[in-house]
Amino acid sequence: MSEESQSYKELLLGPIFLNNPIGLQILGICSALAVTSSLNVALVMSVALTAVTACSNLLVSMVRNQIPNSIRIIVQMTIIASLVIVVDQILQAYAFETSKKLSVFVGLIITNCIVMGRAEAFAMKNGPVSSFVDGIGNGLGYSVVLILVGTIRELLGSGTLLGFEILPLVTNGGWYVSNGLLLLPPSSFFIIGFLIWILREWKTEQVEETEYKLAPNSRSLES
Amino acid sequence: MAKKETVSQTLIVAFVLCIVCAVIVSSAAVILKPKQDANKELERKINVLAAAGMMEEGADVDQLFSQFTAKVVDLNTGDFIADVDPSTVDSRKEAKDPSVSIELSKKDDLAKIGRRANRAVVYILESDSKIKTIVLPIHGYGLWSTLYGFLAIEGDINTVTGLGFYSHTETPGLGGEIDNPRWKSQWPGKKLYDDSGVLAIQVTKGLNNPELADSIHKIDGLSGATLTTRGVDNLVHYWLGDGGFGPLLTQLKKGG
Repeated sequence: MSEESQSYKELLLGPIFLNNPIGLQILGICSALAVTSSLNVALVMSVALTAVTACSNLLVSMVRNQIPNSIRIIVQMTIIASLVIVVDQILQAYAFETSKKLSVFVGLIITNCIVMGRAEAFAMKNGPVSSFVDGIGNGLGYSVVLILVGTIRELLGSGTLLGFEILPLVTNGGWYVSNGLLLLPPSSFFIIGFLIWILREWKTEQVEETEYKLAPNSRSLES
Repeated sequence: MAKKETVSQTLIVAFVLCIVCAVIVSSAAVILKPKQDANKELERKINVLAAAGMMEEGADVDQLFSQFTAKVVDLNTGDFIADVDPSTVDSRKEAKDPSVSIELSKKDDLAKIGRRANRAVVYILESDSKIKTIVLPIHGYGLWSTLYGFLAIEGDINTVTGLGFYSHTETPGLGGEIDNPRWKSQWPGKKLYDDSGVLAIQVTKGLNNPELADSIHKIDGLSGATLTTRGVDNLVHYWLGDGGFGPLLTQLKKGG
């Protein structure tokens, strides 16, 4: 694997913009839609996912030489699932309010493609330390997108950031008419779409080749 | 390489992994359990206090809550059950158990809850051995989900002290506005019953004209959230009616 030779810095910072799990790999969209309606929730989700990805990468990498090929996916799943349950329990104990808002989505980190994807694609082939760094890097890449989307949605949807009022709402006697759409999951589709667009305008090498071209004679003729 | 693909290696890895993971998960659950229970308990207390309008920023929740007495009510008769510890009663769980709950017919099931537990825990604040505030747990279906909340009533069993929901998944910005303090502030002071003792509280569409005689019973519904508002109206009617706390409230009114 070419990834073997990557330096820790590349592993850590690469996934943020160059190889962003959401922006380029298009993984983990489901939770990005659901938990970004306020910044606080997005932050906790980011921390939880980063912790799980890093630790699962570390653990999978440590036992990678012992895992028989036939059961490797279920072994990874078991490790990830255990970590997620631990994280969920910790959140319920120390961040109860937020864990109620995250509800089922903490549990769904198990099925988050980023965690599985990194365990299978990276940790199975690399040493524990670089796997750990890779996990943190991908967690950060996910976090950057979540925090951006969360900021936009909370600011324009409820006029607050982290619960502090920035734009006083009309319903509370201010001037800002909130955009209710931004509080609903579809809005994060649009925002993530725009983010991917901006990212690919900036890093043009991420643009995929078109799978087909319009033949010149298929244009409609002016009549 | 060849060695780790054998059947015995596969079984050993699977077994060891299961043991290790099980130990980690169960120890996390056991160690953190007291803390989690404390959180849930604290949340319940805050919700009760918030409905009674006594919750303030930075207040000592335990001290405020200690003024309340929790009592178990038999919903069918309206009597208090003295010999049951209120902390052992979980109406949400009991509502699912056919032996301690009743099934509601479509006609009776105003709040669309399907089953209702036979017992409920109410919180009573007394001063000079008279009821000052009574906080009733209520729930019912809104648009997307069941709304869980508390309704607090003054000792005259007529004036509303406050209403609050602590668990729901209504649309943010529309039905979710039932959490908006400005909407909730309409509730305190409203009268539940009209002069002839008939349940008259109502969540209505359209602006509430304060000059009309019946405005004391009317709550202005949320615009854009007709179904959620209707759900709130239904569940308040259900829980104050004969199927809910009606028998209890009738007794309290007589006694008071």
